[in-house]
Amino acid sequence: MNEALIEFNDVVKIFPKKDGGEQRVLDRVNFAIPEGKTTVIAGRSGQGKSVTLKLILGLMRADGGQVVVGGENVAALGKQGLNAMRTRFGVLFQGSALFDSLTVYENVALPLRERTGKKEDEIRAIVEATLAELELSGHESKFPAQLSGGMRRRVGLARALQLNPEILLFDEPTTGLDPVMTQEIYQLFARTQAKSGFTSIIVSHDIPRVFSLADQIIVLDRGVMDVFPSTEAIQRSEKAHIQEFVSTTMGALYQSWLVE
Amino acid sequence: MLLEKVRILGNTAIYLLRDLGGMGVYLLHILGGCGKRPFRFRETLRQTSFIGFGSLFVICCTALTTGMVLGLQGYYSLHKFGAEGMLGSAVALSLILELGPVLTALMVTGRAGSSMCAELGIMRNTEQIDALECMAVDPFRYLISPKFIATLISVPLLTAIFDVVGIFGGYLAGVVLMGVDPGSYVEGMRNSVTNHDVNLGIIKSFVFAVLVVWICTGRGYFVQQIRGAGFGAESVSRMTTQAVVLSSISVLVFDYLLTAVLL
Repeated sequence: MNEALIEFNDVVKIFPKKDGGEQRVLDRVNFAIPEGKTTVIAGRSGQGKSVTLKLILGLMRADGGQVVVGGENVAALGKQGLNAMRTRFGVLFQGSALFDSLTVYENVALPLRERTGKKEDEIRAIVEATLAELELSGHESKFPAQLSGGMRRRVGLARALQLNPEILLFDEPTTGLDPVMTQEIYQLFARTQAKSGFTSIIVSHDIPRVFSLADQIIVLDRGVMDVFPSTEAIQRSEKAHIQEFVSTTMGALYQSWLVE
Repeated sequence: MLLEKVRILGNTAIYLLRDLGGMGVYLLHILGGCGKRPFRFRETLRQTSFIGFGSLFVICCTALTTGMVLGLQGYYSLHKFGAEGMLGSAVALSLILELGPVLTALMVTGRAGSSMCAELGIMRNTEQIDALECMAVDPFRYLISPKFIATLISVPLLTAIFDVVGIFGGYLAGVVLMGVDPGSYVEGMRNSVTNHDVNLGIIKSFVFAVLVVWICTGRGYFVQQIRGAGFGAESVSRMTTQAVVLSSISVLVFDYLLTAVLL
């Protein structure tokens, strides 16, 4: 068993409701993300999957429990500590989160310009190599609005890879993409992971496809997390809410994929 | 029933205090961002061009018409007492002490403040600000401090231009159209406007600049945390409206306070 790189210990996250009440999105959640492996976080919409990623990155604070990254409690980190921790991560956001007013080249070069002391010549060489690897050469001077959804995701991935992260977080990486493009993104992910060997966490609705990449699966349902070492283990689970999740969320496509 | 009203009132008071405290901390972060290296010189210049140079036309138009109205109104009022010679003094003092700083701040709020709020609101909603934080890039240094410095440079300069163009507008209406003696217009102005008046105008324009950029960028930055803002595009449009209204009212309230304290 690999050493845990990220740990959630009794983590609670509460959001206020409009009527003055509160919603427990995460209720005393415990899990560990092993180093060098791919973990998939699955669950219905609004169950706190993206919140989990934001807690890991320190973009949100937990209302109880501890989020531990690399042995350090995220809540106890100061601004400098948080920045140092965040440089270990690369994040591919749901909508890519590219800067609208910057070109593809400028978007990908941004982390290198801001976080390293590299000269512009070096930065250009690194960015052009990454863009070529992700089949984006020739699009350097385009703006995000001029790109297709799949290209935007690839630019987002290129930007996430610039600082050679140890951990990659993917927040719904294929939402809104057609099946061909979705397949392309996952192939690209598998290729990059094989090359770099980073730890990755994928939050996705695209259950059948994304499960093929997973070393560990976490199902998030009504504030509670269940951790499974494989897709077969999910199917074998006797918990009623997991069986319901398998039958309703994953549907026939998942069943057929398991049979295959 | 009464208990429910007290609860709502208490909740609202706590929310307003938290919002105000959050905005105070936000201002400290902006000031901190201004001192961080590397300084974004090119972005600050670009913002100064957008806020300052971009507002020049609307400021000149407003100043010219305001000055001309002051010239005409002043002439008719002063003519009744045979005091047309005081027209230059009346126009200049009105512009330098009140109308110049206030109208410039309101124009910059409408033209550039709304744009800054919408830009940051969209960046927040599309996770661009989260992306900056994930790359360990300080969003205050990268995004907001250049806007802050640019507004602090632009608003006082625009106010000075407003004053000059306004005084020229008053000259056109009073001297060229109504026949007031040009010497008395200029001399009256020179004799009555003191350094203290000019300094007060400058202080006001700096304070208004801080208010405009602080409130407008703050409403955009916190678009997802503000009660009743809604979601998505609607939240950005609501916050932009709120930013313009709030900063305009703040400018007018602070104008009174500064006049009362410094005059």
